[in-house]
Amino acid sequence: MSAAFTDATATRDAVRSRKAKALEVTAWAIERARRANPRLNAFHEILEAEALEQAEAVDRRIAAGQDPGPLAGVPVAVKDNIATRLGRTTCSSRMLENYRSPFDATCVERLRGAGAIVMGKTNLDEFAMGSSSEHCAWGPVRNPWDDERVPGGSSGGSAAAAAAGLCGVALGSDTGGSIRQPASLCGCVGFKPTYGRISRYGLVAFGSSLDQIGPLTASVRDAALAYSVMAGVDPRDSTSAPAPVEDPLSALDRPIEGLRIGVPSQYLSQANDPDVNACVQASLDRMVKAGATLVPVELPLTDVGISTYYVIAPAEASANLARFDGIRYGFRAKARPGQSLDDLYAESRGQGFGPEVQRRIMLGTYVLSAGYYDAYYGRSLKVRRLIKAEFDRAFETCHVIAGPASPTPAFRMGGLADPLQMYLCDVYTVNTNIAGIPGISVPVGFVPRDGKPLPVGLHLQAPAMADALLLRAAAMVERLHPEAAQRPSG
Amino acid sequence: MSEVHPLTTKETAHVARLARLDIAADRLEALRSQMAGVLGHVARLKAIDVEGVEPMTTPFDHVNRLDADEPGPCLAIEDLLRNAPAVEGRCLAVPKVLAEES
Repeated sequence: MSAAFTDATATRDAVRSRKAKALEVTAWAIERARRANPRLNAFHEILEAEALEQAEAVDRRIAAGQDPGPLAGVPVAVKDNIATRLGRTTCSSRMLENYRSPFDATCVERLRGAGAIVMGKTNLDEFAMGSSSEHCAWGPVRNPWDDERVPGGSSGGSAAAAAAGLCGVALGSDTGGSIRQPASLCGCVGFKPTYGRISRYGLVAFGSSLDQIGPLTASVRDAALAYSVMAGVDPRDSTSAPAPVEDPLSALDRPIEGLRIGVPSQYLSQANDPDVNACVQASLDRMVKAGATLVPVELPLTDVGISTYYVIAPAEASANLARFDGIRYGFRAKARPGQSLDDLYAESRGQGFGPEVQRRIMLGTYVLSAGYYDAYYGRSLKVRRLIKAEFDRAFETCHVIAGPASPTPAFRMGGLADPLQMYLCDVYTVNTNIAGIPGISVPVGFVPRDGKPLPVGLHLQAPAMADALLLRAAAMVERLHPEAAQRPSG
Repeated sequence: MSEVHPLTTKETAHVARLARLDIAADRLEALRSQMAGVLGHVARLKAIDVEGVEPMTTPFDHVNRLDADEPGPCLAIEDLLRNAPAVEGRCLAVPKVLAEES
């Protein structure tokens, strides 16, 4: 078996047309993941026996003449904050070290129903809080292009797995950039759909008004394929959008006539790495040559996005993470004489959560506490509306808005020790979540660092519910950058 | 352009109590300084004119629609108890909730 099964669309075509068996595809992916994982630490768990069993079931369906589904035999790596019946769901936290979900997340259920194979659970920043995948209970994820650099975060394990070709589709979650920033740093496609487009049922909640699940893949087509299976209203998530899902695949390869790309002056900032700016500019130049028009737009609140986000997200996190109390599930501190119920909560949470999660809970508790609520949380919610209005205005003159997904390429492990400096990595991605609109990072080139090429992603954003249009624009960008499809060696 | 935020160690300890986080005394100062750094950065929100702006709690207005109040299938108690750290029979075991003396 010499073929690569890392292209989800090609894999399912091969499996559906009986040119390959789901079992051989799965065995191939598992073997590849096993070999790469000691170096990358992308997977918490590789579910070999369970994956082979799922693959056999897909092969049996095909043998029986049944439709195996649009993702037949495609190995899927699931971020470990998304609930799966198979394996554990740890959120990379000691708090959930032994947690086994009694149910599948809706997105997992839909992927499995479409013939996809859950092959493992991927590493992440604890509870998806971080931009480097270093805040992990069982060691950091490494960037497949350079072991000494971070893969970005928080979906760093999924981004590394997708970029290194260890799976057909990786699932991530994105609260402030956690799909798009690691996709940019690892060199794969990372798509955060419109808020509410994919059910959050089974996603361990971080910031409920910001969280969205999405795919990380080798190509825009694979992202669109996975999205088309997962998207749509879910009775188990009251915030899932009831509007019908526009098919993203049928027109994907057709260029958008007269595409207008909004370029905010705030995005190609002097504070960015100059090589990243050059890469983004070169990509925009190619788009213009291909017939697109660049439109100057203004998003003056870009800069206060981080401030707004680091009030709203910790506030929601502090409420969501209150459920981890050591009683119903998760880590419980040792009993000791005289320990009250309140002591048990505080000791379990003090020992079960890592430092970054504790920091966010503390910040959230502070901004929601009496006397500070209006000044912080209340004010942030008002700025949130202004940020959304600013996007609405910009989209009156353009179809999509473009810029860098991350101000820098992958940085060195341990390079951003100060939490605030780490938070500033998300400057171009948090406002997407604040406004609830879709965003995607597409690889557009490399910058050399220490003799190694490091990927750079172009970030595109579109109006709410324009997910199909966004994917189509991303496919146009992708076609103009065949050289960016390169994979890391090893 | 970050402000210096005047968060004290005493306030930090108070917030930790509110958050039910048992944080060792020798970690409080580092935590205070990191929180103050972030809050100082966040202070730039004060410069934005939000007069008359309605707060936006969620991106869209379709959130929190209500379902019909009809019983449906739910998860089995045995499945749920498998993840519990301490169980007695079919119940979760917890330390004494009411103190002996008041």
